[in-house]
Amino acid sequence: MKLQPYATMGQKVWFYTFLTIAGGGLLFLVLPILVIIPLSFNSSSFLSYPLDGFSFRWYEEVFHSEIWVRAIKNSLIIGSASAFLATVLGTLAAMGLTQANFRGKGAVNALLVSPMIVPIVISALGLYFFFAEIGLNATYTGLILAHTALGAPFVVITVTATLQGFDNSMMRAAASLGANPVTVFFSVVLPLILPGVVSGALFAFATSFDEVVVVLFSAGPEQRTLPRQMFDGIKENITPAIMAAATLLIMFALALLSVLEYLRRRSEKLNSPS
Amino acid sequence: MSMKKLLSMTIAAGALMASTALTAEARDLTVVGWGGASQEVHRNVYFKPFSEKSGEAVVEDSYNGGLAKIKAMVDTNSVTWDAVLVEAPDLLRGCENGLFEPIAWDKVGDKAEFIGPAVSECGVGSYVWSVALAYDGDALKEGPKNWADFWDVKKFPGKRGLRKGAKFNLEIALMADGVAAKDVYSVLETPEGQERAFAKLDELKEHIQWWEAGAQPPEWLASGDVVMTTAYNGRITNANKEGKNFKISWNGQIYAVDSWAVVAGSENKDKAMDFVSFASQAENQVKFPEGIPYGVTNTKAIAQIPADISADLPTDKANLENALANDTTFWIDFEQELNERFNAWAAK
Amino acid sequence: MEQASTHTSSQSDVLPQVEDDIPLKVKLKRAERMRKYRAMALIAPLFLFILGVFAIPIAIMMWRAIDNPEVVEYLPQTAIELKNWDGQSEPTPELTAVFARDLVLAYKEKTASTVGKRLNYDVSGMRSLISRTARKFNRTQPVQATMDDFVKADKRWAQLRYWKTLKRASGSLTPFYVLNAFDMKINDEGEIASVPESQAIYSNIFWRTMWIAGVVTAASLLIGFPIAYLLANTSSKVSNLLMFCVLLPFWTSLLVRTSAWVVLLQKNGVVNSSLMGLGIIDEPLTMLFARPGVYIAFIHLLLPFVILPLYSVMKSISPAYMRAAESLGAHPAVAFVRVYLPQTLPGIGAGGILAFILAIGYYITPALIGGPQDQMLSYFIANHANSTLNWGLASALGAVLLVTTMILFTIYNRLTGASGVKMG
Repeated sequence: MKLQPYATMGQKVWFYTFLTIAGGGLLFLVLPILVIIPLSFNSSSFLSYPLDGFSFRWYEEVFHSEIWVRAIKNSLIIGSASAFLATVLGTLAAMGLTQANFRGKGAVNALLVSPMIVPIVISALGLYFFFAEIGLNATYTGLILAHTALGAPFVVITVTATLQGFDNSMMRAAASLGANPVTVFFSVVLPLILPGVVSGALFAFATSFDEVVVVLFSAGPEQRTLPRQMFDGIKENITPAIMAAATLLIMFALALLSVLEYLRRRSEKLNSPS
Repeated sequence: MSMKKLLSMTIAAGALMASTALTAEARDLTVVGWGGASQEVHRNVYFKPFSEKSGEAVVEDSYNGGLAKIKAMVDTNSVTWDAVLVEAPDLLRGCENGLFEPIAWDKVGDKAEFIGPAVSECGVGSYVWSVALAYDGDALKEGPKNWADFWDVKKFPGKRGLRKGAKFNLEIALMADGVAAKDVYSVLETPEGQERAFAKLDELKEHIQWWEAGAQPPEWLASGDVVMTTAYNGRITNANKEGKNFKISWNGQIYAVDSWAVVAGSENKDKAMDFVSFASQAENQVKFPEGIPYGVTNTKAIAQIPADISADLPTDKANLENALANDTTFWIDFEQELNERFNAWAAK
Repeated sequence: MEQASTHTSSQSDVLPQVEDDIPLKVKLKRAERMRKYRAMALIAPLFLFILGVFAIPIAIMMWRAIDNPEVVEYLPQTAIELKNWDGQSEPTPELTAVFARDLVLAYKEKTASTVGKRLNYDVSGMRSLISRTARKFNRTQPVQATMDDFVKADKRWAQLRYWKTLKRASGSLTPFYVLNAFDMKINDEGEIASVPESQAIYSNIFWRTMWIAGVVTAASLLIGFPIAYLLANTSSKVSNLLMFCVLLPFWTSLLVRTSAWVVLLQKNGVVNSSLMGLGIIDEPLTMLFARPGVYIAFIHLLLPFVILPLYSVMKSISPAYMRAAESLGAHPAVAFVRVYLPQTLPGIGAGGILAFILAIGYYITPALIGGPQDQMLSYFIANHANSTLNWGLASALGAVLLVTTMILFTIYNRLTGASGVKMG
């Protein structure tokens, strides 16, 4: 993107207008997130600038309050358990989807990714009625199953994408050397598609970690998660403690973003014909 | 660390997490209040001392009133609340529909020790609260005196906060329209009266910002989002403890009693009754108005409240002038119908 | 972001050599079949899981939109007699007798209020009518109750319309909720008609949902297009840095972003105080709990979903076309509109539809940032599910939202399938 030296006046005006819109748009995207970070260090309880002073008191409040700590713990438990299940089921399915063509594959594929597309309120409502019938409302089991369903499509998609660059002859080579299918999977296939599996798992974890509507419908007070706690906070009384929790989640997003970027480069390197 | 090692560790950890989460889940005693400042006081005066005394873990939740959530729990057989603070019409209606357990009064104490509205089949009154007109004394030197002033957007420009729902607003609208406090419910019983109340609310509609949680009105007054608002009186007085100068206009206040009830089918029913009993004893109740200025229900506790605290209570003599007692039977008959109408009106 | 580059064709793989006399063709087929079965076995666990924990629950929910169990279950004899009544003449003595008996039973079982609630959806006043009558009959215990007994219990029973309401609700299935979701009902004459103006809200809400989604989609495309263009046409170092500005919000929790907007848009929030500090406005603007706040927060949520597909399309457009057009004498603006823009259309279509699909389904953000007049379909679904407990209507509105989403998604699939635009 450069302005050519021979640009006319009109082109110059157009060029700078364009840069302003694009730059403004980018600031609009990132500023709101950055602006709230300093507010979490404000020493007073007001959510406006200028800050009254620097303090960690809101972080202390989050980490010393039983309710917040329980919420964080719940989010981690539900997030890891559902990400684990989603990754196992999703990876297997992705391998199946890339290995052969069969009639109805399109329909199967559509069903597998449907949790991504159906509006979350509808999923939550369906699960709420369903769990009521089988006694899974207000249980960890119910939430983990629900979040597994919501997270699995991401695993299917990322692993399928990785497998499309995968050379099937390697599997056959290993098999012909006498390895059983399980050994083949763990020692040949998995190391190669690991970047895809890990990013899928992270996607699934992030999906559960961010999900609040199913939790609103189905969870009891004991399964209250971090987003649920934030939802109540925003609805009732938005304090810097919420900004502190938000800042922690932004840090989490940054970490996630870095790991995914690392994995993407790694898999690019692995797949490049060098 | 090799990829393989990392992998086996992750799988082991994941399997462990999944299995711990999937094991049988016994529920702790769950008590439910109205969140925010009042729940904080409940926590200090009732929840924590009860937990220390009985050795039972207490889990908290909060809600904004209504029977829907409780009914859904009972209907879907997934009761996760044990002791809940409910408003009087909800208490009676819920009791009739089998949503609450009958109170074990032999555990709680002598019915004669409590004020009249605190005694019922399925509930024990906990505190007396009020919805009153509040404004920021620093922003308005000459504040609103009554509900008619609340409607005066020329004299006091800016948004007004009102509690989302039909209850309180229809009464307030009628009082603003010149109906005397004592006649409000007899007018509101008639279709013309309801029409009149909605028409009055319509006048103010574009200036209204609806609140649901009790913490919102003081917050909005502080942020300047609203120029005046209805509010639970206790939240306003408590905000002043943090250096605000909010004023309450008690003229036309509407007061009511909230009660403890135990959700039907609760697996912690006995513990919940113990808790309700604990929270009804005079020595525990007397600490409550110190934390937040709501009246209490145990007459022995009422007798011990110091005068300076009593002055901020909705039940104080001076504050009861031209006050309106929330009519429980009226709202049992009309709540559903008027709320449906209100929701349709508000969404347009 | 990249498109899949290599496809390993399974057919080209070498097969082990033939040792027995089974023809190669048969063996090949058998191997192919084996592969199919193995693939299906691998897919099966997730397939069954999604079916059982996701698809079936939603199907059951949709069923609730037409399910009508109350009268059939709690007034079983009455439901049968209602079928024998023509619905025009005075209710038969058989009907009044069983109805009174069923009512007393229902009152004792505490199910009368459930029936009353269901009938009240259709004609308001039915709830109190049913509960009052049941309470009175429980006291008087009429044997072979007649019309007179009913009219004595409550005058309203003299009007045929209450009996007609009962008959309408006596089937085990009902179109009632679905019609209700479109502001229609079956009237006393048995015809489908619009509900009175004062009760009609859902078509209004549907179009409001579409309108809000349309506005924010259009705005996101307008803002997202230059950003994507900048990202696609700058050095990779700069674009990596700028991409961070797009990906950070993409990965940041929805609740974090929503809470950020609540804080920023408050009356004395950061936006208002900055604008007033700069002297742009004198009075703080009302953005929170109002439409502007909803638009702003939505655009923020949707921009990454628009930018990423646009970027992927623009990245694949060779700059040579533009240069060629310009060197042939086209004005840059003309070249842009005639040459560049058409090539980005798949990206605009895919990003736009994706954003629209997401926008019509959002619940949390409008619930926290909008006022009652800014709520969309999702809010009313949740409200009927959790507050009014009108589960039939919640399901019917859910079905409307689901079908709309499915139609849009099919279009999206056609677009991306044809052009190969990919997300993430």
